[in-house]
Amino acid sequence: MNTGLQNLSLVDVAIAALLVFVNGAISVLLKLDLERKLAWAALRTVVQLLAIGYVLGWVFAYDRWYAVLPLMVLMTLIAGVAGSQRGARTYAGQRADSIVSIWVSAWLVAAVGLFVVIRIRPWYTPQYAIPILGMILGNTLTGVSLGIERMTSELTARRDRVETALALGATRWEAAQGPAREAVRAGMIPTLNQMAVVGVVSLPGMMTGQVLAGQSPLQAVRYQIVIMFLIAASSALGTVGAVLLAYRHLFSAEHRFLVSRLVDRTARAKRRAAG
Amino acid sequence: MTDSRAAAPPDTAPLIAAQRIVRRDAARNQTLLEPTDLTLDAGERVALTGPSGSGKSVLLRALALLDPLDGGRVQWRGRSVTRSRIPTFRRHVAYLRQRAALLDGSVEDNLRYPYSLAVYRDVSFDADRVRALFERAGRGADFLERDASELSGGEAQIVALVRVLQLDPDVLLLDEPTASLDPGTARAIEALVAGWFERGADARATIWVSHDPAQAARVGTRQLVMRAGVLSAAPPDGETTKSAETVQ
Repeated sequence: MNTGLQNLSLVDVAIAALLVFVNGAISVLLKLDLERKLAWAALRTVVQLLAIGYVLGWVFAYDRWYAVLPLMVLMTLIAGVAGSQRGARTYAGQRADSIVSIWVSAWLVAAVGLFVVIRIRPWYTPQYAIPILGMILGNTLTGVSLGIERMTSELTARRDRVETALALGATRWEAAQGPAREAVRAGMIPTLNQMAVVGVVSLPGMMTGQVLAGQSPLQAVRYQIVIMFLIAASSALGTVGAVLLAYRHLFSAEHRFLVSRLVDRTARAKRRAAG
Repeated sequence: MTDSRAAAPPDTAPLIAAQRIVRRDAARNQTLLEPTDLTLDAGERVALTGPSGSGKSVLLRALALLDPLDGGRVQWRGRSVTRSRIPTFRRHVAYLRQRAALLDGSVEDNLRYPYSLAVYRDVSFDADRVRALFERAGRGADFLERDASELSGGEAQIVALVRVLQLDPDVLLLDEPTASLDPGTARAIEALVAGWFERGADARATIWVSHDPAQAARVGTRQLVMRAGVLSAAPPDGETTKSAETVQ
C-alpha cells in the first residue's frame, strides 16, 4: 500500500528532530524561558507518535472490532478531558460535559461519514475508522473547549446583567441566551476559518498524506471535502451540546443563576491538592 | 365560588411571607442568614438597616427568590411559588440592585428590554409615561436617546429604577439603591419610589435597605435591623443601649 512512499529511517527522523534547536535558540536569544517546555513538548511529540505508530500497527494487523472499539473509546475520553482544560473559570461537572458532548457529536458524525458516505466494510475497518474519528475528535475538542471557555467567561463578565435580567422576570434561558450565543459562535469560528482557507493557504495533513502515498490528488481532494464537512458538523454539534450542558449546570430550574458554582480553576486545583 | 379558586386565600394574605428562611455559604461553611420570619403586608414601607456584610442583601435576594434557600419558604399572597411561576413572581416583586446593570445601547433600548421577555407579553412600551417619570427625576426629554455606557452612576440608577417602575410591580426590594449617589440624585430616586407607592399605596409595599438612618426614617414606616444574619425590629434607641452594655 505504501509503495509510492519513500521510507524514512530513524536517522532521517533524528535529522528533522534537530530542527527543534531552532526553537531552542530563539527561546534562549529572546529570553522567552521556554526551553523546558520546549524540551518536554518535543519529547512528547516523539514518544506519543512512536507509541501510536506501534499501537496502530498492531490494531491494523489484528483487525478485530474488540481491538478497534476500545482504542476509539480511549481517544474519545482523552479528547473529552483535553476539551475541559481551558478557561480561567470552571464548574463541577465541566469535564463530564466536555466528554459527553464530544463523544455524542463525534461518534454520530463519524458514523455518518463511515457508514453512509465512505461505506466501509466491516464497520470497524481500522484504517478508516481510527484516523477519521481522530480528525473529527481533534477539531470537535477545539470547538467544545472554546465554547465552554467563552460561556464561563461571558457569564462571569456579564454576571450583573444576567442577574438583572432574572430579577426583571426573565426565564433562565432568556437570561443566558446572550452568553450562550457568543459561546457557540466562538466554538464554531475556528472551523469556519479553516474551511475558508483550506486548499488555498493550508493543505490538510490527510490530503497531503494521501498524495504522498501515491493517491490521485482528485481522490484525495474528495476525501478532504468529506472530512471538512464531517468536522464542521461535529464541532458545531459538540459546541452546542457543551454550551447547553454548561447552561444546565449553571442555571437552576427555579430560574436562578448559580454563580457560586463558577470557581477559579487554579484555586480549585489548589484546594483539591490540599484536601 | 364552588370552583378551585374558592380555596384561594383572601386578599388579606400578606404580599410576601417568609417562614424560617435560611441562607448558608457552603464553601465557607458560614450562615449568612439565620432562620428568619418576615411578613410584608400591602401598604407597608419597611426600612432595613445594619452593618455591611450583616446579610441585608442576602435577605432581599432570598425574598426575590434569586438565590437557593437552605431552609424555609417564601410565600407570595399566601401561596408558595412554583418553578414556572417564578418569572411572574419576579415581575410583581422587583429587586433593584445597588449598582445598576445596564445593557449596551441607548437608555430607550434598556427600557424596552423587559418587553422582549415572555412574562411581559401582555404589556408594551409607553414612551410618554417613561418621559414623565424621567421628568420627575429632573432629566430632559433627550435622556431616552443617551448611550447607556456614558451615563453617570446616578443616571444609570435612575434608568434602572424607571425600567422597573414602568412595569408596575407590587413590591419593590431596594438594595441600597442610593448608596454611592450624590444627595440630589438620591432624592430623585426617593421621589420616584414615593410616586410609584402613592399611586397604589393600599396594594404596594417596599423593603428599602439603607445604611443612612436619616434616609431609613424618611423611606420607612417600619424599621428593621440586621445584625450578623439575625433580623430584628429596631428599638427606638437600640444603638445607645447596646453601646452602654459594652461599656459596663
